[in-house]
Amino acid sequence: MRGHKGLVECASLATTKGWRMSILGTRVVRTEDPLFLTRGATYTDDLTDDRLTGALHATFVRSQVAHGRLLSVDTSSALEAPGVVAVVTAADLSDLVPLPPPFPFINQAMTRPWLASDRVRFVGDPIAVVLTEERYQGEDAAELVVVDIDPLPAVVSTAAAAADEVLLFPEAGTNVMASFGEPAAADFFDGCEVVVTQAVVNQRVAPVPLESRAAAASWGADGRVTVWCTNQGAQQARGQLADWLKIDPDLIHLVTPDVGGGFGAKIGADPEYAFVAWLAKHVGRPVRWAESRSENLVGMLHGRGQDQVVTIGGRRDGTVEAYSLVFDQDCGAYPRIGAVLPTLTMLMAPGVYGFPKVHAQGRALATTTTSIGAYRGAGRPEATAAVERAIDLFAAEIGMDPAEVRRKNLLPAFSEPHTTPMGATYDNGDYPAALDKALDAAGYADLRAEQARRREAGDARQLGIGLAVYVEITGADNGAGTKEAAELEVHPDGTATVLTGTSPHGQGHATAWAMIASDQLGIPVEKITVVHGDTDRVPQGGGTMGSRSLQQGGAAVHQAAGELVELARKRAAEKLEANPEDLVVDLGLAGLAVRGTPGVGVTFAELAADQRLLVNTVFNANAPTFPFGAHVAVVELDVESGKAQVVRLVAVDDAGTIVNPLLAEGQRHGGFAQGVAQALLEEVLYDEDGNPTTSTLADYPFISATELPSFELVDMATPTPMNPLGAKGIGEAGTIGSTPAVQNAVIDAAAHLGVRHIDMPTTPMRVFRAIQQAGHIAQQEGN
Amino acid sequence: MQVSIVVNGEQRTDEVEPRLLLAHYLREVCGLKATNIGCDSTSCGACTVVVDGLSVKSCTVLAAQADGAQVTTLEGLAGPDGELHPMQAAFRAEHGLQCGFCTPGMVMAAIGVLADNPDPTDREVREGLEGNLCRCTGYHNIVRAVRAAAQAGPAAGQVPQAQEVQA
Ligand code: FES
Ligand code: FES
Repeated sequence: MRGHKGLVECASLATTKGWRMSILGTRVVRTEDPLFLTRGATYTDDLTDDRLTGALHATFVRSQVAHGRLLSVDTSSALEAPGVVAVVTAADLSDLVPLPPPFPFINQAMTRPWLASDRVRFVGDPIAVVLTEERYQGEDAAELVVVDIDPLPAVVSTAAAAADEVLLFPEAGTNVMASFGEPAAADFFDGCEVVVTQAVVNQRVAPVPLESRAAAASWGADGRVTVWCTNQGAQQARGQLADWLKIDPDLIHLVTPDVGGGFGAKIGADPEYAFVAWLAKHVGRPVRWAESRSENLVGMLHGRGQDQVVTIGGRRDGTVEAYSLVFDQDCGAYPRIGAVLPTLTMLMAPGVYGFPKVHAQGRALATTTTSIGAYRGAGRPEATAAVERAIDLFAAEIGMDPAEVRRKNLLPAFSEPHTTPMGATYDNGDYPAALDKALDAAGYADLRAEQARRREAGDARQLGIGLAVYVEITGADNGAGTKEAAELEVHPDGTATVLTGTSPHGQGHATAWAMIASDQLGIPVEKITVVHGDTDRVPQGGGTMGSRSLQQGGAAVHQAAGELVELARKRAAEKLEANPEDLVVDLGLAGLAVRGTPGVGVTFAELAADQRLLVNTVFNANAPTFPFGAHVAVVELDVESGKAQVVRLVAVDDAGTIVNPLLAEGQRHGGFAQGVAQALLEEVLYDEDGNPTTSTLADYPFISATELPSFELVDMATPTPMNPLGAKGIGEAGTIGSTPAVQNAVIDAAAHLGVRHIDMPTTPMRVFRAIQQAGHIAQQEGN
Repeated sequence: MQVSIVVNGEQRTDEVEPRLLLAHYLREVCGLKATNIGCDSTSCGACTVVVDGLSVKSCTVLAAQADGAQVTTLEGLAGPDGELHPMQAAFRAEHGLQCGFCTPGMVMAAIGVLADNPDPTDREVREGLEGNLCRCTGYHNIVRAVRAAAQAGPAAGQVPQAQEVQA
């Protein structure tokens, strides 16, 4: 079940590898860990940098009302409180202009103030900032800021937003941030024997990286500011800070310390980070900010949040002929990445299926809630959940096994690019093989037999089997293109340094990038240092998001190592008075040797002693890749209480060539857990007045160890031709596959009771009600 | 007020505010930043340390309440020569950490799990770690690490300072 074997071949490297087996594909334990396990990582709030000596602590005063007119902010008592140095409100911000929407296609009237001046738009909207000598003093003083708000009706659902009766931005004239696609043609489903339609909620969830947001800033005498903040890409964050604060990017030194998880919610900068830099300038002292978890749960971006309608039509023999996905994306109060997610959901709407006709249409809407951003998968899990639910609904309607319906409609294996009706060009894939492997590993026939036995016996614990076959897009153009930079230098002492524009926050780049360089140079992994997240040292970079890092950043390191070998070859030829073509890489030597005369050669370190041995390169993938897989979830459902427990999760995740299986498996495990969490438990909730009711970790049902099984991983590797490593992204796939597999399993467990659909999270209450309702309907039909 | 606490085998006496949490005492007063704070509702376990042999969430205890106690944090586990504690070694070998934020608390809680039950099943490990949240690993490799550590013998369920205190 756990596939540990199989060193993955990397044909393009064979020429330089000689006899030594490649380090790529092996389970190298992380070089990061000894420090993380003995001293702990250094996150932003842990910094003890001299430049932060005497830093003031910033505490935000945030709106406790979802929507309203801000009448007054009285800071007088707060200013009297111990340790208070300043209290800043919108009135102090004459040199800052509101933040424009992040994309040109969004209604441009939907700007975001730094601090609310005349209106608040969600619980958590910043109104004032208190600066204090000590952190505890900030909490005390913030409570003394008196805010007077005249409430307006909250807009909590996408339906209320779409009604446009209450507007968040009256000057915009609508709550619609952006619209994508057209309605389906009236005859779209004509000719189908069976058509099934279902409203499906892909609920709002909270990313909850264990490290909340934090930032610190200090201005130097040279007029430059150093900003430390927790993020997924220092260069992008610096660009945003420069844009928002209207300062030259060269004046910003942005440093990303260790990052305690991101999951998409730390992409780029948050306005608070820029504001910390502004505050430091404003008061002439360094400033630091670290939010509490309850601030984080309302202040940091949320994920998902789509209200979908799926319609699927086809023949009774199981052939799907037409599929439509129409949805509203809840974007929260201010446009962030959420506003662009509909495009990804639409692009991936048909998933792994060869449906002849596909339609997708989406809308991005403003609500009086926390803004929506990227969350592990970002737009693709929503597409996969919709289509995988639709397939199951179709299967139930025609009374066919869902595995069979999938087989009938999967695209056949392809090794040449395939372009879908939605315009995505998949690089390669073998979806039927992935499904078969997953079904085999799960023992599908036996599971169905056991399910039948329990149904027959009327067991209190029923078995549910859920399937999902997925394809997703990784390394898509994130605005900075599909390229990544790398610098590689070998030093005279035999060590090497890799500079990368990717930004690890748990993924293990320090280990994996060192492996990639070591593979071609023979320098041991322990002697290779990977530097990232410092814009003075690495000015260019695309960060880590959208599962892009290995296929772009890793490929850039690979390319750099190849270029370094060529540079070394030229210099070695001169030094050894040999023909460059006669020199081959000798990995044991960590240098170049004359072909046929082992031991006669020169090390990279010796060449570096003569002259710096350094290359800078940019790898451009030019296109994304499309990892795929199939998951089988098995749940046990207590039909009396409605409580479902995932007892097995069997997963095939094909991400092409694997550089380090240990790390790739870790990515999959984490992804599965977040998928199970969304399917079973997690949901951000608001009451009708827009008050969040899940704003602490005591209320938000973050998944724990007891709610998960150990996972069963199945290997499959179809290298992509899109980069020389053959690697596709693996960061988000686990979530994309597991979420619908688990949801489908819960519904399947109650299918014999007449249940066809339950929205996520499939909580005991929801499942219980669905069973009751199905029983009720059956009874009525019986009468 | 004054507190006397043995932290990682070292006897300390410090002047603290009565409301200072042990978590903040360790981070701000002792400068031991491995112990993380992941929530404000005693839910996440990132702050777990060992106090007098028991794993405790240090955000639920005042520094004042730890007066006279022996506290061990992640920094106190490895040997003087840098040799990893069996639990640290197992977390590394099994890839039981990714971003590392939950890790200091998770390692201390895991030691507590083995202190109670030297050879737990997967399910028992999961139940023992229910109060420690991790967003990165899906707990899979954490469970494996704890079970692997259990095989290393009783030291995996103990903190080193249980034996010796340096004044
Ligand atoms: S910080 Fe979360 S439990 Fe202590
Ligand atoms: S390793 Fe990141 S939270 Fe556990």
